[in-house]
Formats: sequence, C-alpha cells, structure tokens
Amino acid sequence: MIEVLRIAGSALWAHKFRAFLTTLGIAIGIFTVGVVMAIIEGLNQSFADQISHLGSDVLYVDKRAWFQGRDSWINARQRKNFGIDAVEYISARSEYVSHISPRIFQRASVKYRDKSLERVAVMGVHSDMVVIAGQEVELGRFLSTIDTQHRKNVVVIGAAVRENLFENIDPIGRRMSINGRKFLVIGVLEEQGSMLGRNLDNMAYVPAETLLKMFGSRRRNITIALKASEPYLVEEAKEEVEGIMRRYRKLRPNQPNDFAINQQSSLQELYDNATGMLWMVAVGIGSIALIVGGVGVMNIMLVTVTERTSEIGIRKSLGATRSTIRWQFLVESMAVSALGVLIGFLSAYWVADFIQKSTPLAARIPPTWLGLGIGVVVVVGLIFGLWPATKAARLDPIEALRYE
Amino acid sequence: MTGSPDDPRRNGQDPLIHFTGVTKTYDMGKEQIHALQGINLVIMPNEYISIMGPSGSGKSTLMNIIGCLDTPTAGRYEFEGELVCDVTSETVTRMDDDALAGIRNRKIGFVFQTFNLLARTSALRNVELPLVYAGVSRKDRAVRARRALDQVGLADRVDHKPSELSGGQKQRVAIARAMVTSPAIILADEPTGNLDSTTSREIMALLDQIHAEGNTIILVTHEPDIAAHAHRIITILDGQVDRDEQTGLGKTA
Ligand SMILES: Nc1ncnc2c1ncn2[C@@H]1O[C@H](COP(=O)(O)OP(=O)(O)OP(=O)(O)O)[C@@H](O)[C@H]1O
Ligand SMILES: [Mg+2]
Repeated sequence: MIEVLRIAGSALWAHKFRAFLTTLGIAIGIFTVGVVMAIIEGLNQSFADQISHLGSDVLYVDKRAWFQGRDSWINARQRKNFGIDAVEYISARSEYVSHISPRIFQRASVKYRDKSLERVAVMGVHSDMVVIAGQEVELGRFLSTIDTQHRKNVVVIGAAVRENLFENIDPIGRRMSINGRKFLVIGVLEEQGSMLGRNLDNMAYVPAETLLKMFGSRRRNITIALKASEPYLVEEAKEEVEGIMRRYRKLRPNQPNDFAINQQSSLQELYDNATGMLWMVAVGIGSIALIVGGVGVMNIMLVTVTERTSEIGIRKSLGATRSTIRWQFLVESMAVSALGVLIGFLSAYWVADFIQKSTPLAARIPPTWLGLGIGVVVVVGLIFGLWPATKAARLDPIEALRYE
Repeated sequence: MTGSPDDPRRNGQDPLIHFTGVTKTYDMGKEQIHALQGINLVIMPNEYISIMGPSGSGKSTLMNIIGCLDTPTAGRYEFEGELVCDVTSETVTRMDDDALAGIRNRKIGFVFQTFNLLARTSALRNVELPLVYAGVSRKDRAVRARRALDQVGLADRVDHKPSELSGGQKQRVAIARAMVTSPAIILADEPTGNLDSTTSREIMALLDQIHAEGNTIILVTHEPDIAAHAHRIITILDGQVDRDEQTGLGKTA
C-alpha cells in the first residue's frame, strides 16, 4: 500500500501544475460548502445567544403566526386586529400569566437638539414589558402603570438612541422629540447587541396608549406579549390564553382560531427554515462543483492512462496484476481529489477565520468537516477514477508495450 | 503423454517449456496473418537458445507467447508441467489473468530491444519493481536489487535515471531487473539490436555468465555471431520451425 502511494505521489509530482488545475473544481466545491457551513455555524451561535433574550417562557399573541405558508398569510391579513382591550381581557381572566403587555410597533424619527435618528423602532408597551423582554434598565426607570394610564409623553430609550442623541450628556429628564412630539426621557436600557445583523438597541419604549393616541389606533396591529408565571407552566398558559382569546373573539366551537400564539420555538423554526435553504443552495453549488471537478479528474486520468500506456505494459510484463494496476490509478485519482479537498478545506478555513476576526459572526468550520472531506475524496476519487483505472487494468500487455 | 513416441522428457527431466501445435493468427478483417503456424517445441532447463529468422517470421510472437504476455489462437502450452493454455477449435482452457501475471513475475525475466525501463525512475527502483509486485519487503528489495545491479557492473549507477545512462548501461539495468527475481527463464528479444558491437559483446558476456550460473536463456537475434553464443539455434521461417540444431557448445548436446 505504501508502495502504491509512492507511485501515485511521484506520478502526480511529475505533472504538478496539471494536477493542481484538475483539482480546482473539487477545491471550489469544498470551499463553497465550507464557507457557507462556517457562516451557518456562526449564525447559529449568535442566533442561540440572541434568541435567549426572548425567553422560552414568553408567548406572543398575534393576528398571524410568525412562520406560515403564503396562503394562510393572505388569509391572516383579512383577520380583524385586536384592540388594546384584549390585554385587560386576558389579564383579568388568566391564572398562569404573570406579566402581560401590548407591543405596538412604529418606525419613527427621533431628535434631540441638532442630532436626529431615522427609522427608530418605537414600541408602545406597558410596564410589564421590561420583565417580559428580560431587559434591564441602566439609568432612570421603566414605564409605570401611571405613565400608561395617563398617556404620558415619556420614553425609555435603547442604548443606540442614547449614544446617538445624548453623547456625553445624561439623558434623564431631557426632552427629545419623536416625530415632532416632545417626550420626556425617563430611562435608558442596557445594551442588547444585534441579531441577524439588526441593531436591537436602536429602539425606544413609550406607553402603548400614548403611541395609539399619537399615531391613531385604527388599522393598527397589536401584539400581546405575555410571560407564564413559571417556565414549566408555559404550555398551560398557552392553552389558557387560547381559550380566553377565543372568547374575546367570540368564536363558536367549530370555528378555527383567527389569531396565533407564537413563541421562541416558532422563531427557531423560521430560522431553521432559512438556514436550511442556505444549506441546500450550498450543497447544490458544492455538488455541481464536485461533479464538474470529478469529471475533470476522470478526464485527466484518461489522458494519464493513455500517456502511460507503455508504462502499464512494462509493469504488466513484470508481473503487475490487473488489480494492482487498477489500484495504482485509483489511488492516483483519489490523491488528486484529496489535493482538491485539502486546498478547498484550507482556503475555507482561512476565510472562516478571517470572517471571525473581522466581523462579530463566530464563523468556524466544524471538525466533522475533515471527516466529510475524506469521504468526498474516497467517493469522488473512486467514482470518477474507476473507469480510467479499469481501462488501464484491462490493457493487453503486448499492445500496451508496443504503444508509441 | 508419457510413453508416446514424442515423449518430451529427456534424461528423466521435465521440460521447462512444451509447445504442441502453437498457432497465432491475426484476423485483420479481409485477410488473416499467420504469425505462428503449429509450432512444436520442447525447451529443457538450463538451455541456451538463439532464435533466428527473417523479419516478420514470428520470432517476437513466439517469445511473447513463451513469456505469457500473449496467448496463442490454437495449440497447447505447458510451463514447468503446468498448463498455461490449451486452445482447440472446440474448447479454450487457459490460466486466469492473475496466474499469468504471477508466472511473468516469478518465472520469467524479459529483456527487450528497446530496454523498456520506466523513465524518471532510478535504476534501483526499476530493478526493484518485479520484487514490489512479488510482495518482497522493502528492505529485502533494496538488498536484492543492489546485488543484481552489482552483478551487471552498475553498482555505482543505482541512483541514475534511464535518461542519464548509456544504451549499454540501460540494457544492463534491464538484465538486472530480469534476473532479480531468480526466474526460471530469461527471454531476450534482440537485446543487442540497439547497441554497437563492443557493447553487444559486453551484454553477451553477461548473458553467458548468467547461463553459466544455471539459468535458461532464450535470445532472439539477427546476427550470427551473437547467435553463436547459444548452444542451440532455432530458425523460424513463416511462422514455422525451419531448423533446430545444436551448436556443439553445450556439454549436454
Ligand atoms: N498485433 C498484430 N496485428 C496484426 N499482425 C501482427 C501483429 N503483431 C504481429 N503481427 C504480424 O505477425 C507477424 C510476425 O511478427 P513478429 O513481430 O513476431 O515478427 P519478428 O520475427 O519478430 O520480426 P522482426 O525480426 O522484424 O522483429 C508479422 O507479419 C507481423 O506483421
Ligand atoms: Mg521482433
């Protein structure tokens, strides 16, 4: 076996450049899949970090499910919006829900003196939201029940808003404007970082009622965020809230729900679907590159067999059996693909490292990849090398010796 | 066969090679080329044979069949009493490919007119090659290959590539390679065909010496003075044995 490797090695060495070119297809295939894998790994890492903010014991009652097919999405658009009274309706009847808050989303521009920020996520919420979202107030305080009941113009700002509008100033007690309306800054939230490339700190909380008064409550979609009293009661809470919401919506027993209760796991599902697609694209490109590369290997091996016909004749005249010759060429084609895997793997590794160092994404190539790479070597080398190797093995010794 | 009028055994010894009606016909579509036409031949161990004959008479074809590189289209061939093949108009019995490769590897050493060494490969590696296929360990291989190269006077050229050797040196490497496995027979098809007369004499001295050490040698040549080294000269004409005579050099003749 060592002998066969030595023969293959010196044969490849004799045509270094050709072997390198042949191997590029495979290298590109391995590289593509490798880099995408590394990125998905990185995304998984930060997604897992980020999703934990949502809390596994938090439910979101919404008009539609976060992830669903296109038809039901259109269907869901025709559903009636909830009123903010649904919040009171649920909290008055529920046993398992400990915290509840509406979540009304509005993009707005914010301004303080000469500084302004566009498209800030302004969310209308109640005082429980800070607990539900698992956030901490860094400065000042969060919204109170009095703030929401009296529709006060007060705001709790995210870290990014603070940084942009109140650099080196204590923002508490300052008046900033949201879409031209003055709001008193009462609190600053701790920094959250970003999720899937979106800055989570570029936001502000205002009382839900204030936001509705300001932007109007008609045709406005409200999400209700709620937290189960204990993490293990989340399923009970879900069932209970479903029943309460059916009563709120005045549904008859045979009517389907016209609302959805989402939770962290639905986001996970959405994410898995998205990365699944990415995966499939990568595997698709990778396999095409591998097939093209494999055909390249086969082509070069056929050329090699023809070029070395007289060598095969000599070897046969000295007693090489068919299987010896076949193995010699199979090992050679596997060595060519191994070279490709090595080049692809190393460059993907290098790029992943680069991504990791230059972006917040923790891109990395899982170690299982080396095993997969070796598998690819064996399969590509065997499949695409088999025909040329068999051709070599079947050569008639006399004709091979006479070949010019 | 024992007891039949053409009993191949002589002096109670089994023949090394026994041809009965060996025929090779190339079917070229329109015409048929009869390269060999019913050759009967018995070769005993330690014979030294020259095969002569005009170009195209079938000498190389005969050598290739003896060397198990080629198979006859009719006739029977036994090597050391083992049936290599028996082809009649009805049945074909022949050794499988691996067994033939085994005979070529262990029993036969080829020396070709064009040397047929692997290019880009050192003399030592070339000589080691039959031992590689015989499954000899790496250490033994190197020792035996060096010894063979030493015997042909190339101890100082082991690391040279064929392109760095003269014609005569290349043929010495080929001879070393042919004898490194201690085969039963050495087949040399015009070994001096590409060499000048001085070098030819050196190569023939080497073959004489190998024969003297007990090997069997068959040699194809066009030159009578080369052929005269042998103890038996077989002349082939149109694929048939035309003459088969002892030169008187052999002690057993
Ligand atoms: N593969 C082949 N296909 C067709 N005819 C062949 C083939 N090989 C040999 N022959 C024919 O068989 C005959 C014998 O050829 P062979 O090579 O044995 O001659 P030779 O005696 O060795 O000649 P030389 O002295 O020139 O080497 C020739 O007529 C040759 O043309
Ligand atoms: Mg010839």
